[in-house]
Amino acid sequence: MDLTSKPQHVLDIASLSSEEIKSFLELGETLKEILKRPIPKVPTLRGRLIVLLFYEPSTRTRFSFDRAAKALSADTLTFSAKGSSIEKGESLLDTVKNLKAIGAELVVIRHPMEGAPHFIAKNANIPVVNAGDGTHEHPTQALLDLLTVKERLGDFTGLKVAILGDIKHSRVAKSDILAFQKMGAKVYVSGPAYLLPTPLEEEYFRIYPGGFKICYDPKEAIRDADIVIALRVQRERHGKPLIPSFTEYQTFFGLTFKELELIKEGALLMHPGPINWGVELSPEVEQYPFQVILDQVENGVAIRMAILLKLLTGGKTYEVTH
Amino acid sequence: MKLLIKKGRIIDPSQGIDQIGDLLVEEGIIKGIADDIPSDQYTKVFWAKEKWVLPGLVDIHVHLRDPGQEWKEDIETGTRAALYGGVLRVACMPNTVPPNDTPEITSYILKKVEEKGYVKVYPIGCITQGQKGEELTEFGRLKEAGVVAVSDDGKWVAHSEVMKRALLYAKQFNLAVISHCEDPTLSQGGQINEGFFSAKLGLKGIPWSAEVAAVVRDLLLAKETGQPVHLAHLSCKEVFPFLRWAKEEDIPFTAETCPHYFCLTEKEVDEYNTLAKVNPPLRREEDVLAIKEALKEGLIQVIASDHAPHSVLEKEVEFSLASPGMIGLQTLLPLSLTLVKEGWLNPLKLTECLITNPAKVINVEPPSLKPGKKAELIVFDPNKTYVLGPDVIQSKSKNTPFLNKELQGITVLAVIGEKVWEFNQPV
Repeated sequence: MDLTSKPQHVLDIASLSSEEIKSFLELGETLKEILKRPIPKVPTLRGRLIVLLFYEPSTRTRFSFDRAAKALSADTLTFSAKGSSIEKGESLLDTVKNLKAIGAELVVIRHPMEGAPHFIAKNANIPVVNAGDGTHEHPTQALLDLLTVKERLGDFTGLKVAILGDIKHSRVAKSDILAFQKMGAKVYVSGPAYLLPTPLEEEYFRIYPGGFKICYDPKEAIRDADIVIALRVQRERHGKPLIPSFTEYQTFFGLTFKELELIKEGALLMHPGPINWGVELSPEVEQYPFQVILDQVENGVAIRMAILLKLLTGGKTYEVTH
Repeated sequence: MKLLIKKGRIIDPSQGIDQIGDLLVEEGIIKGIADDIPSDQYTKVFWAKEKWVLPGLVDIHVHLRDPGQEWKEDIETGTRAALYGGVLRVACMPNTVPPNDTPEITSYILKKVEEKGYVKVYPIGCITQGQKGEELTEFGRLKEAGVVAVSDDGKWVAHSEVMKRALLYAKQFNLAVISHCEDPTLSQGGQINEGFFSAKLGLKGIPWSAEVAAVVRDLLLAKETGQPVHLAHLSCKEVFPFLRWAKEEDIPFTAETCPHYFCLTEKEVDEYNTLAKVNPPLRREEDVLAIKEALKEGLIQVIASDHAPHSVLEKEVEFSLASPGMIGLQTLLPLSLTLVKEGWLNPLKLTECLITNPAKVINVEPPSLKPGKKAELIVFDPNKTYVLGPDVIQSKSKNTPFLNKELQGITVLAVIGEKVWEFNQPV
């Protein structure tokens, strides 16, 4: 494994090779140990300035990046659209150029527009990490999902992953569909038919033969699955509600213990959060012994440390671990 | 002054001729065509061997952005780009700021053309006031001011009864009706073709059904009213069975496409390339093929550029914020040449699509090389290859996916009456 190669950006899973994904996972596993120390902090990125540019509300992802940066002793500037010059009409590119002039060395960006991270990566000459762009991708979420699975199940080869919910508007789903396939798993998706990829779009998600399937029947997707990922029913991304009612959704697409009987013994239940309890997940499944929802959050910090470290130093871990 | 264009391939769709010969222009009037016309010391001779001699092109889908968006283009630069592209007549779309929905705006355009324009300009007026799709504009007064056609341009008139009224009223004033066929209830918010790349980039897709649904509605209204509808810039293969049906039913219609729909596919938008963002969107290989077949079959009769200048302010931004459209006046003929090179159309058929057919759509007599006509012609070198650098582009805006790409074919001479332009050739 070449841990010294230095990727410039993490923009999407689509542009990462399986080798690159593996090296992020390995580094993430190593760095996770730091978070368990009595003083969970190393000086590796001391004095480096990371900007967290959040054009959309976020709790988990923003705090996770902030924690990751601070565990590596980097300084962070957190920037949210409200109360900044964006409200005065400053363009994204100008904002980034200014932050760079202030001393930022890396930008973590969440933006409602697809391709916004790619746009600044191309035009601002600064390393960029995509923390979620519109309905496109959320690559760091997929990487932390992979890390969580790797910890629990070891290997990805031949695993069946079921993703349930609004696939069409979910950037998490899009990154996960690609990431799990790239690691050798097969991905089945289900949800309300009009929130699934259209036949025209399906071709893109099918990156390996037999690796991707759209199921109209959610039971087909979850039967014998090794991993079930429930997605949040997104309300803010649709102009108008696309779900007839929460009761309807819960009845036909929500997960209860009854559905979990179909999955493999020991299969993992995941959710990227925030959860609408009682809609996509019935409250009882919090008790399911193999739900790893908070593990995901914990691994998010480790994987983001790996990403920041790799982009800013090329991933030289020696000084970190010893 | 006498101008003798010697040994060119003279192609004139108005007379159905395609022959090698000499063409003489005297005092801005075509004197004649013959195998060999002798010159004298008072004659300027232009050597046109292995070049095409054509009537000027007629491009009925052009955005000049004047009034209101002169930082993108104005009447002077837009008509200069047309001239360099061999387009000697343009019809300009009404989505200016304010839109061309009153005779005053039409008069402003025509006055500025008189002062600053290089080529003939036919203004197109709005169908509805403010392009809002609700109340009709003053077709009669617009016609008197100089409008040749009406269109709400980028906005399909979604209210079917308003469109029906427009067709009937346009018939009364002999105005062409041009429809941008895209059903907004299917295309709203869409950025690119729905399919592989909308999945890859996460952008909202525009399905082909948005175009086909709109086309079919317009054909039904054309049938009911007897007024032809001109279907602008068709982009997808699923529309052609319906055009075939319309022909069988004798429904009056004409159909148009643009070079980007038969030269490019949706692949161009990969990596969020805003230069390839256009409405309707670039589609698949199979659509490109179907459009070429439709041109050959005669289902599409018109090729227009949909010249849509946008500055870096509208293009070097996040994809969803970028304005759709690309410039096309100077690439219209070079790109259309593909159809000849690949054997879909012979040069005469191609020039019908670029000269006589578009003129017919807007009810004007096409430019012609017949003796006695005003000289309105170009000489085009179909073999010249060059790079379309920003310095070659005459528009104020340089927004084209062909920027810095190699092109084949360029206009080398343009003649309008007694005015003659010989263009410096790029390398």
